[in-house]
Amino acid sequence: MGKEYLFIDEKEGLDRVDGKMKVTGKAKYAAEHHPAGLVYAILVNSAATKGRIKSIDTKKAERAAGVIKVITHANAPKVPGYENAPRTGGNPEKGPTLGQPLRIFHDDTIYFNNQPIAMVIADTLERAMHAATLVKAEFDTETFSTNLAANAAKGVPPSNAGRALYKRGDADAYKNAEVQVEQNYVLAREVHNPMELHSLVAIWDGDDKVKVYEKTQGVKSSQRAIMDAFKLPEANVQVIAEYVGGGFGAALRTWPHTIAAVLGAKAVKRPVKLMLTREQMFTLVGYRPMTVQKIGLGATKDGKLTGITHEAVAETSMYEEFTEGTVNMSKFLYECPNVNTVYKILPLDISTPTWMRGPGEATGAWALESAMDEMAYALNMDPIEFRLKNYAERDPERNLPFSSKFLKECYQKGAEQIGWFKRNRQPRSMQEDGWLVGYGMSTGTFGAGRGRASVRGTLSADGTMTIQSAVSDSGPGTATAMTEIAANRMGLPPQKIIFELGDSSMPPGPTQGGSTTTSTLGSAVVDVSEAIKKKMFELVAKEGRGFASAKYEDLSFSRGEISQANGRGAKIAYTELLRKNNLPSIEITLNSQGGNERDRYSMYSFSVHFVIVRVHPTTGVVRVHRAVGVSDAGKIVSRKTAESQAIGGVVGGIGMALMEDAVIDHRFGRYVNSNLADYHVPVHADVPKIEALFIDKPDPHTNPMGSKGLGEIALIGFAAAVANAVYHATGKRIRELPITPDKLTG
Amino acid sequence: MIPFQYVRALKQRSAIDAVLKDKSAQFIAGGTNLVDLMKRGVTAPQKVVDITNLPLKEVVLKNNKLLIGALALNADVAEHPFVVKHFPLLSLALQAGASAQLRNMATTGGNMLQRTRCPYFYDTVLPCNKRNPGSGCGALEGYNRMHAIFGASDKCIAVHPSDMAIALAALDAVVLVSGAKGDRRIPFTDFHRLPGDRPEIDNNLVRGDLVVGVELSQNAFSKHAHYLKIRDRASYAFALVSVAAALDINGNTINNARLAMGGVAHKPWRLFTAEKFLAGKPATEENFKAAAALEMQTAKAYEHNKFKLTLAPNTVVEALKIAAKV
Repeated sequence: MGKEYLFIDEKEGLDRVDGKMKVTGKAKYAAEHHPAGLVYAILVNSAATKGRIKSIDTKKAERAAGVIKVITHANAPKVPGYENAPRTGGNPEKGPTLGQPLRIFHDDTIYFNNQPIAMVIADTLERAMHAATLVKAEFDTETFSTNLAANAAKGVPPSNAGRALYKRGDADAYKNAEVQVEQNYVLAREVHNPMELHSLVAIWDGDDKVKVYEKTQGVKSSQRAIMDAFKLPEANVQVIAEYVGGGFGAALRTWPHTIAAVLGAKAVKRPVKLMLTREQMFTLVGYRPMTVQKIGLGATKDGKLTGITHEAVAETSMYEEFTEGTVNMSKFLYECPNVNTVYKILPLDISTPTWMRGPGEATGAWALESAMDEMAYALNMDPIEFRLKNYAERDPERNLPFSSKFLKECYQKGAEQIGWFKRNRQPRSMQEDGWLVGYGMSTGTFGAGRGRASVRGTLSADGTMTIQSAVSDSGPGTATAMTEIAANRMGLPPQKIIFELGDSSMPPGPTQGGSTTTSTLGSAVVDVSEAIKKKMFELVAKEGRGFASAKYEDLSFSRGEISQANGRGAKIAYTELLRKNNLPSIEITLNSQGGNERDRYSMYSFSVHFVIVRVHPTTGVVRVHRAVGVSDAGKIVSRKTAESQAIGGVVGGIGMALMEDAVIDHRFGRYVNSNLADYHVPVHADVPKIEALFIDKPDPHTNPMGSKGLGEIALIGFAAAVANAVYHATGKRIRELPITPDKLTG
Repeated sequence: MIPFQYVRALKQRSAIDAVLKDKSAQFIAGGTNLVDLMKRGVTAPQKVVDITNLPLKEVVLKNNKLLIGALALNADVAEHPFVVKHFPLLSLALQAGASAQLRNMATTGGNMLQRTRCPYFYDTVLPCNKRNPGSGCGALEGYNRMHAIFGASDKCIAVHPSDMAIALAALDAVVLVSGAKGDRRIPFTDFHRLPGDRPEIDNNLVRGDLVVGVELSQNAFSKHAHYLKIRDRASYAFALVSVAAALDINGNTINNARLAMGGVAHKPWRLFTAEKFLAGKPATEENFKAAAALEMQTAKAYEHNKFKLTLAPNTVVEALKIAAKV
């Protein structure tokens, strides 16, 4: 791996390259495309939770003004890919969701409440909405269950238990320890609720070629799903997602509504737009599954961990097994001889959950890091001191060195910033303005992955460099980060870099998830930049003119010029070099991926969250008064977007800790707060000043930039920090999220 | 959404006539609640009569009375200098409601007429006696965390969602109504009703009645008033419990107290017993607690809102402490 790390201006960084487009409304999102002849689709949902559609009457809807077609299971054109569909469905590039993805309008089976049972297509949105109310269905209903909390004991091991079932040393060793903590922690179901609703515009060209503008975190995986469903070759399916208004994981998969709209457009032979309603966002595009966890911790009296047990039961649907890494961090975050983990799922009559920011690791950290705080108090130790006493210098799970780990530095930096050691550690000992004050902290960690990406780099004779890759940018600022990487590597000002993404016809890039985009794609950008520089080197070497004897290593590529690194001798501008060689451009497409470094090192990002909360003593109102996050995400390649990522993670964490709770009335199997008035996410008034700090030290092994992922660790652990701070403020331990006022007053 | 006809009224009389003539017609002003209800299919007027052109936007102080036109926007009323100076309780309550965007659209009349936010009322698939009389109360044995602890019936345990109305109830406002038989005045505390056996009826208006304004009398509460709203997030959330507290204090003695609660009943809930208890007593935390406790004797909670039995009196005490500055 290269020893040369990117130079990033620590103070300035680059403004978001698409920021102006977004805030001025010029950025076009999927549903803002209006091709000629566009018609509008609305999904009609099941009022039943389980059973079969007995009858469905579409006559009134079909007769309503402007209606072009009403599609149901009874008349839907066949989706070729639905026949004999393999049971290992979901996103073919992402294995964990096993089973048969919901085949929309395929048959009369109802798996969950609000499942789509019909789609109305009309010439205007309003007419489609009206006609949708005229579709009447009757059901043969069956008894159902949607209640994880009441049935957690019925959890079963998933088919692909994978890393979930784990033992090192003795199981349940905590039960023999001098000091023990054993508690259950409940996480409420959370819904991603990105601002942009899932939507697409499907445009067929004949009956074997389709172009789709879609909200997706992966244009290539969407393309693949549509190719599979309609049995089309890659060249005949184009998916475009130039701008995406937030995803948080909800747009990682291709959901059934996409297939419905593409199918509808084919059936009516006109472009079709489908946008989900906010209510449909709760049932049709995944959610963070409710999870019940048990943590058992055992320690010696002087604070050495002797046993960790982590058990989790999470909900999934009846037709797919969704699993995630809820228990994973318990295996390696702390040095402990005896660790066992058990992960189970409970299939219920609900739709399939999916990754939501942080994903299972955020769920797991909420439990583990709450229990760690409980143990620190049981030991009468400072929570940081307790963690340092059990600090893992090597990965105890894989018995490998970490590629880099600056977690100690995170603890130190954050503690200093927030004044951790100046607080009075006694619970309920601090007050300000009549409010109880509490300090809390927690640790977060997530795998620092790197996948495979192709990019095309084109250096033009006009001095601009265009880089293209079929990735989406759901908000983290991928185009900005890539521009910074390319600018630094190419020795060009960022204004000369044009990063193009969001089109499946570009070289295949990764799906944006799991905190890997910068690592994966950035490496490819580095590689293509280096390849172009080498190509230029060949040209100058050929040219002679003072470069004849120069070695590549001796040259500097800076300010758009090639020169001797020692500052003496010849110089030539890239533009001049290309013109002299009669080259309009140098274009290189390459594929980039890591080597075997993953076999030699454990690669993780780390974060520490510190918060100060204020809790009102009689009304139970909790306010996050201050938040300091310190991330060990390797070398920071894009300062401003990294800060935005970290700040956004905390905002999401405030929601997770204090308010998000998607409630199902289990008598009906139906959500009772599926809107943004009743499902609460933080508003500005809930968000204090957030201090996002970085260790900013390169990892020598992850990738050529020395970066590690940041998106997930920005959230992971935050909820535990809040719960721990609430305990410090009040002396009351809340083990069920969200921490709403009722839990502190009742 | 069901197709409907839209007409714009230019005269008060013609607006009222339009609604009298057509049983399925409804007035529309800011539309911040009605349009939602129409989209969800909760209500389906075949005609909406837009009254926003009527001359009912003014806020004037005359003969020691403040007259707030029914079409005065929540944002404008909240910031009106007369209101801020003489009726700070109303200003605070308005600012605690909804979001800035909604307050810029919502009107005084519409605010008091907004319908409950009970999820069973909003979802046409679920039972609700208020939306569909006789279908049952979904909340009674359902998700009733947000629901009433006072004055409910087994037909309906919904609460009124307005913040503004809580302050108006505390301040003994009068609702000015124009209708088929001319004009009348309804004391604010008699304006909304309890659900009883007819939860589909929110208030004591009859068809054709148009709220034209609200009248407030000058009072001695402006120095000691507070609206305290406890909710699940800092803004843009309905009250778990809210308290409008207004005190007329001389030295440390309470001459008069006005108290109303939101988030606890089908109507703004006046705390007459507590008010009576406090009159003539020193403004102390002990007295506030005793007053709140007296009021709670008639409270009844359900599975998910038991916390309100503690939160409600605590919030009363807090609001009184802030109002009294003790």
